[in-house]
Amino acid sequence: MQKPIIELKKITKRYDDGFTALENINMTIEPGKFYSLLGPSGSGKTTILRIIAGFTDATEGDVVFEGNKINALPANQRKVNTVFQNYALFPHMDVFENVAFGLTLKKMPKQEIRKRVLNALKVVQLPDYANREISELSGGQQQRVAIARAIVNEPKVLLLDEPLSALDMKLRKDMQYELRELQQRLKITFIFVTHDQEEALAMSDEIFVMNDGQVLQSGTPVDIYDEPINHFVANFIGESNILPGKMLKDFEVQFVGKSFECADAGMRPNEKVEVVLRPEDLDITTPEQGKLVVKVDTQLFRGDHFEIVGYDEDGNEWLIHSTNPVKDGKQIGLTFEPEDIHVMRFGEKEADFDARLEQYEED
Amino acid sequence: MKKTRSFFMVPYLAWIILFVIAPLILILYQSLTNNQGQWTLQNFQTYATSWTYLKMTLNSFWYALLITAVTLLISYPTAYILSKMKRQQLWLLLIILPTWINLLLKTYAFIGLLSRTGTVNQFLAFIGIGPRQLLFSDFSFLLVASYIEIPFMILPIYNAIVQLDPALVNASRDLGATNFQTFTKVVFPLTISGVKAGIQAVFIPSLSLFMITRLIGGNRVITLGTAIEEHFLTTMNWGMGSTIGVVLIVMMFIMMMLTNDRKKKRQEVLPNEEKTN
Ligand SMILES: Nc1ncnc2c1ncn2[C@@H]1O[C@H](COP(=O)(O)OP(=O)(O)OP(=O)(O)O)[C@@H](O)[C@H]1O
Ligand SMILES: [Mg+2]
Repeated sequence: MQKPIIELKKITKRYDDGFTALENINMTIEPGKFYSLLGPSGSGKTTILRIIAGFTDATEGDVVFEGNKINALPANQRKVNTVFQNYALFPHMDVFENVAFGLTLKKMPKQEIRKRVLNALKVVQLPDYANREISELSGGQQQRVAIARAIVNEPKVLLLDEPLSALDMKLRKDMQYELRELQQRLKITFIFVTHDQEEALAMSDEIFVMNDGQVLQSGTPVDIYDEPINHFVANFIGESNILPGKMLKDFEVQFVGKSFECADAGMRPNEKVEVVLRPEDLDITTPEQGKLVVKVDTQLFRGDHFEIVGYDEDGNEWLIHSTNPVKDGKQIGLTFEPEDIHVMRFGEKEADFDARLEQYEED
Repeated sequence: MKKTRSFFMVPYLAWIILFVIAPLILILYQSLTNNQGQWTLQNFQTYATSWTYLKMTLNSFWYALLITAVTLLISYPTAYILSKMKRQQLWLLLIILPTWINLLLKTYAFIGLLSRTGTVNQFLAFIGIGPRQLLFSDFSFLLVASYIEIPFMILPIYNAIVQLDPALVNASRDLGATNFQTFTKVVFPLTISGVKAGIQAVFIPSLSLFMITRLIGGNRVITLGTAIEEHFLTTMNWGMGSTIGVVLIVMMFIMMMLTNDRKKKRQEVLPNEEKTN
């Protein structure tokens, strides 16, 4: 593990009105990696960025930058730059002046500034907009100028607060590639806020899933997708079938009245649990060969797959992704592997969850 | 729809015609005629060739400028601090409150304070450096005029500062600007509209102050305002008084034009080469 560039230690943020926006946040950010903060609106993502950037103080806890506590360091002396959620472009300057702002303060030669600004504008696909006034830009263009204004400084850490939210799908995809490429080329540490789970899964080295001012789970996209810690995370990241179940014993779980072999262990016998099955892990076969039988209710063509909704005999809804269409109203069988079942305990904290996974995955 | 709108315009239009347009026409008429009611440019000629009037004009301009500068210097920091304080509404009220008091009353209050037997001189005598002549000096004139004008400068500046998006200040600091750089590059340019509005609200009335020049300045400070009063009330030379009035109005228009927010259209920054070299 590399020496962390930023650490948040037991950060709590209470606003003047008594509202607790963050509670006991611990984060370790390693240099050169791409981190995402993913969570619903109001979960405290922006507040974390504001504390790292130095726009607001944490009520409790420490912000550590390269080993030094920086709680009291003013924002202009922190080696981070921010892409603001509401852009915060200077309305009295044109695009060029906005992007050049940080470099001008560093007293860089004009020629060099010009080169870098134009280059940054090229990265955000606005090469011909240098002379535009901010009021003459569309929302998505303003957002890209905000990105250019931050990346042009090549900071050690870049905080991006939903930097692609105003862009159309195609541009968004392009910018995702551009940002990822830039991040890897310059080895900048990104802390990227988004509500868009697909974006977070696609771009991040590590994701923090947040809700109500707390980090529920952190890990690589694959870890979080395959092994969500609880109902909220499973629902928020990707699509899933979540069912109540009972852990009969290690590696055997019961749900929809049947018992199945699974890959989870380390729980009390007969403990009540929740079971997650991802729609793309369910394979369609004949009713005779299926571990489960469902009746097809609706299906939608999603471009690269069919999204099928069916109901089993107990009335549970099942979401299935399949490359081939099925007939509406038909009974189909569903099969899955033991590893496709993921079992979640109620109220398990991340540390316990990680410890349990470690324990039984070893042997 | 159109009809109702024009109906509501009636009182407004009547007001404008009665109290703005008509007086302007009367003043213009007075300034362009002589006692016999004949058209003449005599008054303007007198004005333009008289050293006294020219001096008065410059004097008015100079004092209005001084008053504006003093109020601006005091008001901008005040408005800025005010915008950062708790209980802004209360402080704001305290600043607005004096404007509800009649101008003459405030002026007399200052006479009481500044006279040879006034409170200030009592204090100066107490610490052993008084009494002194405070009233009827340039200083006391500036002091009182600035005191009276300050609220009209603070309010527009305060409004502009409050409207400034705090995220812009954060953005500037985020990009490495110190507090001072943030002020000169972001805060001040974005609140300049409030400063201009304040300058208009202070400079223009200051051109024609006459009560304060008389009561506090003791007629040592002679401005166009005093001259107009003199012509209308003492020498009864309405034609000349109106002429000076016209001059004042022209000066006001010039001031308005200078401080109005024109939609700026700067020349291209790029790809103009010499700007970047
Ligand atoms: N100045 C403030 N005073 C009081 N409460 C605040 C303040 N700023 C934010 N909050 C509250 O803190 C919580 C977290 O806000 P934050 O802006 O961090 O959310 P977020 O995760 O960025 O949401 P979004 O995705 O909508 O941007 C919200 O409930 C918000 O109402
Ligand atoms: Mg936010």
